[in-house]
Amino acid sequence: MHPALQAIVTIIIGVGGCVGYFYFSNQFLDKVLFPARGPNAGRNITRANMIRPWLFLMPALLALGVYLAYPVVETLRLSLTERLPGGESQYVGLANYQQMFAEPKFWEAMRNNMMWLLVVPALSTVFGLLAAQLSDRVRWGNLAKSLIFMPMAISFVGAAVIWKLVYDARPVGQDQIGVLNALYMFFGGTEPKNWLTMIGPNNYLLMIVLVWIQTGFAMVILSAALRGIPEETVEAAIVDGANPFQVFFKIKVPQIMGTIVVVWTTITIVVLKVFDIVFAMTNGQWETQVLANYMYDKLFRANDWGVGSASAMIIMLLVSPILVWNVYNARKEMK
Amino acid sequence: MSNIAGTKSSLTWAVHLSLAALVLLWLFPTVGLLVSSFRTSDQIASTGWWKAMVPSEQNLTLRTGGAEDQVQKEGGFVIEGNLFGEPGDAVISVWGTSSRAISDYQAGETAELKDDATLTVQSNGDYQMQSPEEFTGKRGQRIFVTARTPPEFTLRNYKYVLFDPSNREGMAKAFFNTLTVTIPATIIPILVAAFAAYALAWMDFPGRALLIAAVVGLLVVPLQLALIPLLKLHNEIGIGKGYLGAWLAHTGFGLPLAIYLLRNYMVGLPRDIIENAKVDGATDFQIFTKIILPLSFPALASFAIFQFLWTWNDLLVALVFLIDSTGDTTVMTKQIVELLGTRGGNWEILATSAFVSIAVPLGVFFAMQKYLVRGLLAGSVK
Repeated sequence: MHPALQAIVTIIIGVGGCVGYFYFSNQFLDKVLFPARGPNAGRNITRANMIRPWLFLMPALLALGVYLAYPVVETLRLSLTERLPGGESQYVGLANYQQMFAEPKFWEAMRNNMMWLLVVPALSTVFGLLAAQLSDRVRWGNLAKSLIFMPMAISFVGAAVIWKLVYDARPVGQDQIGVLNALYMFFGGTEPKNWLTMIGPNNYLLMIVLVWIQTGFAMVILSAALRGIPEETVEAAIVDGANPFQVFFKIKVPQIMGTIVVVWTTITIVVLKVFDIVFAMTNGQWETQVLANYMYDKLFRANDWGVGSASAMIIMLLVSPILVWNVYNARKEMK
Repeated sequence: MSNIAGTKSSLTWAVHLSLAALVLLWLFPTVGLLVSSFRTSDQIASTGWWKAMVPSEQNLTLRTGGAEDQVQKEGGFVIEGNLFGEPGDAVISVWGTSSRAISDYQAGETAELKDDATLTVQSNGDYQMQSPEEFTGKRGQRIFVTARTPPEFTLRNYKYVLFDPSNREGMAKAFFNTLTVTIPATIIPILVAAFAAYALAWMDFPGRALLIAAVVGLLVVPLQLALIPLLKLHNEIGIGKGYLGAWLAHTGFGLPLAIYLLRNYMVGLPRDIIENAKVDGATDFQIFTKIILPLSFPALASFAIFQFLWTWNDLLVALVFLIDSTGDTTVMTKQIVELLGTRGGNWEILATSAFVSIAVPLGVFFAMQKYLVRGLLAGSVK
């Protein structure tokens, strides 16, 4: 079957199936199982209403369970086992973790990930705050915002191509077609650099790509927060003689601190999962490995499910504090 | 207050200028790729894209016609023609006949060649080579010219990348594959999530708070954890690698955000409407389809855009759940990664392919930005 046709059939089956499920299961509940008539009408309605939420929830719970909850448990199990020839697996305790901790490539990935965690959320938030504050004060602010926000729509892979062109290097003597080398030569560089193979700086050049993408996100959220600041507080500060910088740093920033933290943690999660950029630009060569790409290497290139799952668990471990904090906040809010 | 009035205008200027600088900085890389996709490979390789708007000076090596083009006239043999094939926009300033002296002659001057032959090259590329003897040699005389070519843009790259059937690395098939993945993967989770969100927002049952907390928790579970367990599961139940697996995976991974966004929105809908409907005897199913769903359109649109951008731009899920060893189901992101490996220096192909894949999300982005922003705000500021 042609894939396009298959897609249409899937949409029809998927959508039709969902609608049909919800409609008929409700009908079944109301008409057959607990009909709202006869001697037990009252009791039946109560019972039907007890079951109905679960009818509504079931498909979602099933999908969440199979596609997100079960994998967490299964990955934990896989990280403690070793695959044997013939499809069997054997419990090996923490051997996979030990093996992973002995690999220099893992520690390189950890080191790099920590740098990513420090640099990307910080720079994105700072640039986002700057853009939000500046664009709030000019008439063409909305246009400016939409242009800075634009990279959010671009795939990591597309961004990788865009930035590879920026970092491109041509041999000495030729015109440089990468902006970075062109600038470098213009300001007196002697020979063009192959930036992405320069151990050390290359990590930061990859981080810039993600900062470029995430700044728009930070800007949108922070801009909304800035607008939500009560006018009186700002006016009072100006009357008291505060200059614009004091107004910004002493009045506005403290009031949106909560939002800044939310933005920071959201970008942190993106950073922990960063895969495509490194995969497409350097594939972890020249000491640019990160955890997600290391894991992909282990799972699908080395076919080592044990160590691959162990590194996935490390990512999960790093995400967990944020997970707990989010859940805690959500619960607090609902009360 | 008095000093504020004085500093205000200079500060306003500083704000305008720094914002403009920031915007240009953010725009510059993308514009570079866009401009490059409209240039020929020679242009891309010889000058930076920022010079594309102004005429460029190029050093070219061209050839006159060979011996078969010669005509016998009185007093000798003549080969005539144009170095560029036909007179174009290029203007030759200087030229030479040896690679060590490429600027010996001005345009319009006549050079003496060996065996009493002469050669004249005009600025538009017309040349005339004369000799008393018959010309031999098939390949003609090499001429080194320095030519100024006006800015020139071409759609040839797009034609090659999208419509050339002989191009095995073309994007046409990958484009349709991406579309095939994206549309069901966007629509199905919306429906599943909408019902669940309604139950979590407006129905009372034990364990509701726990479920909401679980959704919030699942929101940040890295999908990296799901790769191997689910691939194993797909293989065991016979789905293997393919569209169905990719659709299911995208549905599963998109659900927490969908439920979270929709629930937050539905909770905010006015309680009166729902209670009045209940008093009038409407069932939950009717309330949901007739009242909640239409009212939740903005939230549905927000999530649809998120999910669309995410599935369209995704690489990891496609690599793991979709693309098998035949490569028939390759998507654009994967195709671009391959091109980065095999055609790393062919920027005309890379830039064009990348832009083909970027164009659709950018279109969606600019058309529906309002909903995207709304969704972002609902999803993270709480």
